[in-house]
Amino acid sequence: MATTKAAPKAGSELGADLGLSRDDLIEMYRLMAVARAVDERMWILNRAGKIPFVISGQGHEGAQVALAYALKKDHDWMVPYYRSVASLITFGMSPREIMLAQFARGVDPSSGGRQMPGHYGIAARNILSVSSPVATQLLHATGIAWAAKLRKSDVVTITYIGEGSSNQGDFHEGLNFAGVHQLPCIYVVENNGYAISVPMALQSAVPDIAIRGAGYAMPGVIIDGVDVLGCYRAGVEAIERARKGEGPTLIEAKVTRLTAHSSDDQQSKYRSAEELESEKDRDPLPVFRQQLRDAGLLDDETEAAMVAEARKVVEDATDWAEAQADPDPATAQRHVYADMPPARMDDPLWTGSRFIGDGGPWGVLRGDSDESGGEG
Amino acid sequence: MAVMTFIESVRDTLAQEMRRDESIVVLGEDVGKKGGVFLATDGLYAEFGGDRVLDTPLSESMIVGVSIGAAIAGLRPVPEIQFADFIFPAFNQILSEAARMRFRSNGAFSCPMTLRAPYGGGVHGALYHSQSVEAFFAHIPGLQVVIPSTPYDARGLLRTSIRDDDPVLFFEHKKMYRSIRGDVPDGDYTIPIGQAKVTREGSDVSIIAYGLMAHYALEAAELLATDGVSAEVVDVRTLRPLDGETLLASVRKTGKACIVYEDNRFGGYGAEIAAILAEEAFESLDGPIVRVTGPDVPGVPYNHVLEDWFMPNPDRIADAVRRLAAY
Repeated sequence: MATTKAAPKAGSELGADLGLSRDDLIEMYRLMAVARAVDERMWILNRAGKIPFVISGQGHEGAQVALAYALKKDHDWMVPYYRSVASLITFGMSPREIMLAQFARGVDPSSGGRQMPGHYGIAARNILSVSSPVATQLLHATGIAWAAKLRKSDVVTITYIGEGSSNQGDFHEGLNFAGVHQLPCIYVVENNGYAISVPMALQSAVPDIAIRGAGYAMPGVIIDGVDVLGCYRAGVEAIERARKGEGPTLIEAKVTRLTAHSSDDQQSKYRSAEELESEKDRDPLPVFRQQLRDAGLLDDETEAAMVAEARKVVEDATDWAEAQADPDPATAQRHVYADMPPARMDDPLWTGSRFIGDGGPWGVLRGDSDESGGEG
Repeated sequence: MAVMTFIESVRDTLAQEMRRDESIVVLGEDVGKKGGVFLATDGLYAEFGGDRVLDTPLSESMIVGVSIGAAIAGLRPVPEIQFADFIFPAFNQILSEAARMRFRSNGAFSCPMTLRAPYGGGVHGALYHSQSVEAFFAHIPGLQVVIPSTPYDARGLLRTSIRDDDPVLFFEHKKMYRSIRGDVPDGDYTIPIGQAKVTREGSDVSIIAYGLMAHYALEAAELLATDGVSAEVVDVRTLRPLDGETLLASVRKTGKACIVYEDNRFGGYGAEIAAILAEEAFESLDGPIVRVTGPDVPGVPYNHVLEDWFMPNPDRIADAVRRLAAY
């Protein structure tokens, strides 16, 4: 097990040893800031009664942006989880697309409004659809990586789970298979110390999930989610290892969860006020901002422009997504299969390739109507 | 035209499909050098190598979950679960992931995957090597469930399943592997998913069955013929999506239905057929819909006397149909 060292933190050399330019560093900070702004807006929309549910990644953004920053968009694969807002924005998902999922609109590319917010996925960007059972996606990432190895491609797959999910059987089954075949896959455990309300001490017999990598013949690396450049270094190393066919990496990012588990949770019930106050020091945004300012890379003007831009992006994404239409109930029975009726071949509304008509009682029961509603 | 056993048809079809399409991979426990515990994949490792015919760890959830990922990435996995009884560690992957991937992504992702598993009793397999699991999976929108009963159907339906863009659960009755032989044409024929087949014409009673029970139904029909009862036999072949039309047409003709399945009676797949017939062929029925099934105990017991007690057989089917015909 390795622990990454923090990169040099002062002077104009910041990030130079990692091959990161000033523009890169500013861009990483911008992505974190945009992700945070989008995330905060989600909660406001929830409290305003506009969206029934929010699950988010505040406090995880430093590790998320840093680990995804060196991936190749539209080439590598990302298999996210429900807190992956900043990972997804870094990998090319737009704030508008994130917001479409919050509002569950018909044109939402993640699910067309079928899934709860937080269940992202965009086929065109190699971002796999998220479900709610945890750690299941780890096996899908492993399968994508296995396919990449069989095809001798240099595609890297990265997947994310929380530390709570690392106690699921699929975690063991997936990492073991990846270790046996040394697959080009990166397994990121975002350890924020809580599985909803259950603290680490009751979740795991060992304090560090990374140590489990040894059981699967893969490096287990611990990174500090506040140390953005340290996270980036670990990400680059894991990506290079995978890209070169040297096998998988388990990365445990020690992060903080700045919000409750979800909009339906009240964390003051199980976390003390003192703890919540002290955890604010573990927020990667102000820490990284101070690093950039100390290095003379972020001046008032740049920062003001960045804040204004983030606000504009969020306003645009929110207003635009909210203005999109709800999905048409007539489309709700589509996509059970590619070209089969959902249960019976003699479904009277099935023409051989699609559903038609209002179909009398069958249609009323199911809300079927004509095709004119368009794809939902 | 060749005469093959059921398992020879499965094996030969897998090999043919793998020759046709390089994206097809087979994975499972002991499917490689050993060729599977029933030898359903025998010879594939030698012909296609370890990359495409992969021995996996004993991790059923992984076998299915990795197949889902590989399918997403463009392969066509044909995972094998060694016995249907051992499929349950993978139930979450099948139900929550494979079945829902297309629907939950609004059509953006799909899982072209054919999951093969031997099922069924009558082979001294006891509780954990005899189970019929089809009802669990036929209940799930997004899954296709196929149970062929002849070497001919096994080939045609396995081809279609592998070439289909959605997940298929392909259950093979293990007692049929070597006991059932039949003609298998050489050509590249396929059988569409979702088509039942009338395997014997009759006029008095419809016997509806699948898998091994489709054979027992035919044997029962022979017994009944000597008593002057004309039984029609319908082989369901695809449990989901179901060919309701063929079943309804048969029952509307005969006016009587006997449904046979080996699974536990309560909540078994045949209960859905009974409900459909009651709802949609009520006017044609002139007798109660009856079922001949396995009893409601938690598994098939091992001792041969106990196993015989569990298993439906041609005599029991014939007895039930005689009573129904006389109703």
